[in-house]
Amino acid sequence: MILSRRGALGLLAAAPLALPAATWPTGADAETFAGRYAIVPQPIGDGIWLVRGADEAIAFENGGAIANAVILACPEGGAVLFDCGPSFNYARALAGEAERLTHGRVRRVFISHLHPDHALGLAAFDPAIVSALPATRADLLRDANGFSDAMYRILADWMRGTSVAQPGVIVEPGRLTVGGRALTAMAMAGHSGGDLVLVDEASGTVLAGDLVFHDRAPATPHADLALWHKSLDTLAALPRRQLVPGHGPLDTDGSAIAQTRDWLDWLDTALHAAVAQGMDMTEAGQMPIPEKFASVKMARYELQRSVAHFYARIEDATLPRIDG
Amino acid sequence: MTQRLFWLRLAAIFIAPGLAVPLAALAIAAPADPLKSPMWENHAAWLFGKQTVVFDPAVQVLMPDVTENQRIFPVTVDARALSGVQRIVVLMDLNPLPVAIDYRPEGALGYVSLRIKLDQRTPVRAAVLTADGVWHVAGRWIDAAGGGCSAPPVSRVKGDWAQHLGELRGRLWREAEDQRLRVLVRHPMDTGMVDNIAAYNLETMTVRSADGVMLGTMTINGSVSEDPAFTVLLPKETKGAVAVHLADTNGRTFDGKVSAP
Repeated sequence: MILSRRGALGLLAAAPLALPAATWPTGADAETFAGRYAIVPQPIGDGIWLVRGADEAIAFENGGAIANAVILACPEGGAVLFDCGPSFNYARALAGEAERLTHGRVRRVFISHLHPDHALGLAAFDPAIVSALPATRADLLRDANGFSDAMYRILADWMRGTSVAQPGVIVEPGRLTVGGRALTAMAMAGHSGGDLVLVDEASGTVLAGDLVFHDRAPATPHADLALWHKSLDTLAALPRRQLVPGHGPLDTDGSAIAQTRDWLDWLDTALHAAVAQGMDMTEAGQMPIPEKFASVKMARYELQRSVAHFYARIEDATLPRIDG
Repeated sequence: MTQRLFWLRLAAIFIAPGLAVPLAALAIAAPADPLKSPMWENHAAWLFGKQTVVFDPAVQVLMPDVTENQRIFPVTVDARALSGVQRIVVLMDLNPLPVAIDYRPEGALGYVSLRIKLDQRTPVRAAVLTADGVWHVAGRWIDAAGGGCSAPPVSRVKGDWAQHLGELRGRLWREAEDQRLRVLVRHPMDTGMVDNIAAYNLETMTVRSADGVMLGTMTINGSVSEDPAFTVLLPKETKGAVAVHLADTNGRTFDGKVSAP
């Protein structure tokens, strides 16, 4: 519970798609109501749409809509969703757009990993159509209540109707079809304990979830950097036309994988160097960020979060004992 | 201040004496709080009494912009711009244990880093007493989820706290203006606010030079994070190893010796 709360805080990241809340004047004591989620699907291939999240931190102003989601049309009618946002209302709005675009029902929802900006909307669906990796199911059982507390605290009215639910279907790695749409599911890890990657054959699109961030700094609350590296290597080797990162714009030239790897390498080296110089966590969080990351949004914010995730562990592992 | 006294006098004149007395009792030396904390007057009264208090940007309170973990929130207080620093008190107005540390940098510089617990959104401040008897205060509101003081520490959940109790790590670094001492201690720092876990925390730390000169003493409360980590800055000319001595509320003591840089 504690750990999950901590993790939830950590996740709080991003938001362009949410409409601002009420525009009428609010007095100091006036209640602020949520706005409406504006789901804007961008076509990125044959029967595939990207719904961008805001490249920000989770905040009331963006309704928590900071993660990317993907809508896929099934040849036999209906839709597949990859991730479903932070709340019941987001997921409902996303499903509404998917049904409008595909003239059918949502057949299947894949949850990329446990983090609430991707997963908490799953309560809007019948668990029998919600799929996740076994590791993600276990992560959600442990952390979803804590995430929900943290998200209600920050997002308040945006979270209305959002309850904690679990995916009802386990994803087996390998080729699968939903409504005639052929997908390959891959079980990876590193950003979290279970990171689901889907490859859409028809459009040559890799749906990478939060293993890949693009021009938006990677979040590390449950990261294992060695495993994350392995997953990035696997992703880089996948034949593809394009890649949808968990946060940030569509990647068509492979630069997002390289950028994510570059950030994680810099982060690891910089945190070890900070410990070796005797910096405190406050000072490490203020360290200069290399110029090459100038285009990366939320860099300072994620650096400070990562300091909280890794710093004490690095100190424990590297500073010498002094008690004899 | 003047305005406040004016209103208090007005109240004393126009309000029935029975009401006016409690109001007058709130009259303290501290100026009005720029952070508008509901607990400022209360804390100021018992911490500062009738001593002079100024809100002073010369005291730098360095904290992250995001509270990633309300159980381990880092704070650095840099009061080196002030001369004659006697005490540095770190205060979280709305915490159930509002004072984290009371540090007396006897031979050391006016600078300290630590990690604290936050039980809710609260002002986090440093109050620095200088030799002229003036408290210099600075800080800001920090947003935090609840539970920093009322959830059990990780080592209690894991169950391994006793195996690592009192393990000390640390190092000295030579810097341009000082010697930097960093000390890490394994301790559950139980607040007493968790079911069936009594309060149990480090309560003092002293730092001495090799020749026994006191460099700094610190009073530590349960609102300091589990497995505390402190940075203090020692005089540049400090020679040899530095001795660190800690004591906790069960009377256990922990000693460490940090080699010269």
